[in-house]
Amino acid sequence: MSLTVPTRTATTYRLEGVTRTYRQRERTVQALAGVDLEIDAGDFVTIQGPTGGGKSTLLQMLGALDRPSSGAVVLGEIDIARASNTQLSRLRAEEIGFVFQGFNLIPTLTAAENVDMGLEPLGLDRAERRRRVTEALTRVGLADRADHRPGELSGGQQQRVAIARATAKQPRVLLADEPTGNLDEAMRDEILDVLEALNAEGLTLIVVTHDSAVARRARRRLRLDRGVVTDITRA
Amino acid sequence: MYGTYLRRELAGRTKQTVIVAVGLAIAIALVIVVNALSAGVRDAQTQALSSVYGVGTDLTVTGAQTQPGEGGGARFDFGAQDGTTTDGTTTLDQSRLVAERQRAPLDASTVTSVADIDGVSAATGALSLTNMTFSGEIPQRGTETGTTGSAPTDGGGQPPADGQGGGSFGVDSFSVLGVDPAASVGPLSAVTLSEGRALTGDDVGSDVAVVDATYAASAGLAVGDTVEVAGTAVQVVGIVASASADADTAANVYLPLDIAQSLAGVGDVVSTVYVQAESSDAIDAVQSRIAAALPEATVSSESQLASTVSGSLSSASSMISNLGTWLSLVVLLVALALAVLFTISGVARRTREFGTLKAIGWSNARIVRQVAGESLAQGLLGGVAGLILGLGGILLVNVISPTLSVAASTTSGPGRGAGGPGGGAGGGFGQAAAQATEVVLNAPITPAVVLAAVGIAVLGGVLAGAFGGWRAARLSPAAALRSVA
Repeated sequence: MSLTVPTRTATTYRLEGVTRTYRQRERTVQALAGVDLEIDAGDFVTIQGPTGGGKSTLLQMLGALDRPSSGAVVLGEIDIARASNTQLSRLRAEEIGFVFQGFNLIPTLTAAENVDMGLEPLGLDRAERRRRVTEALTRVGLADRADHRPGELSGGQQQRVAIARATAKQPRVLLADEPTGNLDEAMRDEILDVLEALNAEGLTLIVVTHDSAVARRARRRLRLDRGVVTDITRA
Repeated sequence: MYGTYLRRELAGRTKQTVIVAVGLAIAIALVIVVNALSAGVRDAQTQALSSVYGVGTDLTVTGAQTQPGEGGGARFDFGAQDGTTTDGTTTLDQSRLVAERQRAPLDASTVTSVADIDGVSAATGALSLTNMTFSGEIPQRGTETGTTGSAPTDGGGQPPADGQGGGSFGVDSFSVLGVDPAASVGPLSAVTLSEGRALTGDDVGSDVAVVDATYAASAGLAVGDTVEVAGTAVQVVGIVASASADADTAANVYLPLDIAQSLAGVGDVVSTVYVQAESSDAIDAVQSRIAAALPEATVSSESQLASTVSGSLSSASSMISNLGTWLSLVVLLVALALAVLFTISGVARRTREFGTLKAIGWSNARIVRQVAGESLAQGLLGGVAGLILGLGGILLVNVISPTLSVAASTTSGPGRGAGGPGGGAGGGFGQAAAQATEVVLNAPITPAVVLAAVGIAVLGGVLAGAFGGWRAARLSPAAALRSVA
């Protein structure tokens, strides 16, 4: 089953001179130091680096969860650095899918209801929502577990539900923060297969990972260390 | 999705939901019961007062308080030839109709003056009196066995050696109220006719009376009988009873006002003017105007009269208004605080959840609506439970229907004697201290009580939701996700 990806510009992300600093207990921490980066539509990019290097900060910037201290982060035609909170909220609802290391599913809702939560902000009619939920769960191979709650699913299955939630809205890009971090090898490969399949259908994929097995699957590999990005694809 | 998420979250956090709902339920139930009991106590006080002061009486006007000893006491004077002597024993019998001594009477024209005051709907005067009968036997001295010589003339002398020659006397009394038979306010407005007929405007100048049912039963009086008032035989034309089965009326015997004035020999006076205001909002203003027009008189409102109510009803009233009100306020504040604190802590515990929702595109408004909805649902749960609990409490009170004693002080109103035949010095000279009666306490259910319960529940939910929603809206998605990374 294919993921419908609307026609978009060739470049999904353009980052120019992006910096991000935080105040932490009387100290100023520079998480990102003048990042310049372009990510093409349909690309599969991994971001690696040591702990505290700024990977999660960069991912949150790309996910419109945070604004840079300076510079521009352009997704399509929108500069995240200058957009209003409402615009950012809209971006996250329509254009960006997010997958977390801890799955972050709502434990009291079923798999189908968790996927539906991702469609809630779009204002779709009930029939369309139901169709998209079914399609998303089928795509990740969990159509038969739609009415199961996260507690009744394995780690891999929970992450697949999270991926279904992220993709049901037919986003421009899927951001994944250590999506296999809590999974064993078999489940890791299961998830990577799902992600690769989505990417093959045209979804731009950006994955933060410590796992070199995950990084090896990417078409492009970046390293972020002390706030500086380097391309290590050919390394 | 909104409803599903809400239901699941409340069910998933059962302990918190139950604690908040129970807290609100107890507070709401307490407020309902205290409110209903307050209304019941007010009704009971009104019932107690109306048996004394009549229905529709908003104000009473009485004369200035007299000094102790002022006005003199009742006297019974007998001449040497008074009484009937049989077999050496002289039987004496005299009735007097005496007015209340604690307060000076008001001129009857005061009624007209008061009725003409702006804001007064109706006014009537009544004269409270006590009929006292002195009766006894005195044996004649010198005719007793074993004594010699003539009877002492100076009223003294030694008592007979064998102890003979004493007399016996008794004082019987009953209360009399002279009323305007055509009045629409006053003590007779609170009675129901048991037998015969009520006094009418045509009874002015006639020696007729209506009698309180309790007194009639104890004195063996029926319609058609006569009762001696100040030595005058007055025909009983009706028997009246209090509108409340547990209370007596304001006096034992009711006469037309002019007859009462004539028999008492007090002239054209009244002891109390009963006033009805045109509206309950006007009572204070009318009270002020009457006080200004009659500076010597005492003008009392129903609430001031209510303060004269004593007995267990008064204790219940104090307990409800002091302890009950404060207790329900404290419990309510605690319940609201619980609801707010639990909601805020719940939001804090759901930091990752709300951060995730923001990350997947939920707006602040959507998240605040969710939190507010959950709080409101908890509040409504508490409200329903509180309403059931409160209504159950009211039902229990009404099933038990406790009887409370009431004594309405009569220092500013008509007095009651002990009333029974055969003596009874309970009323005696002057006025009885208070009219004792019993009323049944009920707790009425009013729409206001139900609305108050719903309102409190909604308020609790809205407050908790507002605080919780504000907390949730402040969460930055990046910070929320970072905090649990």
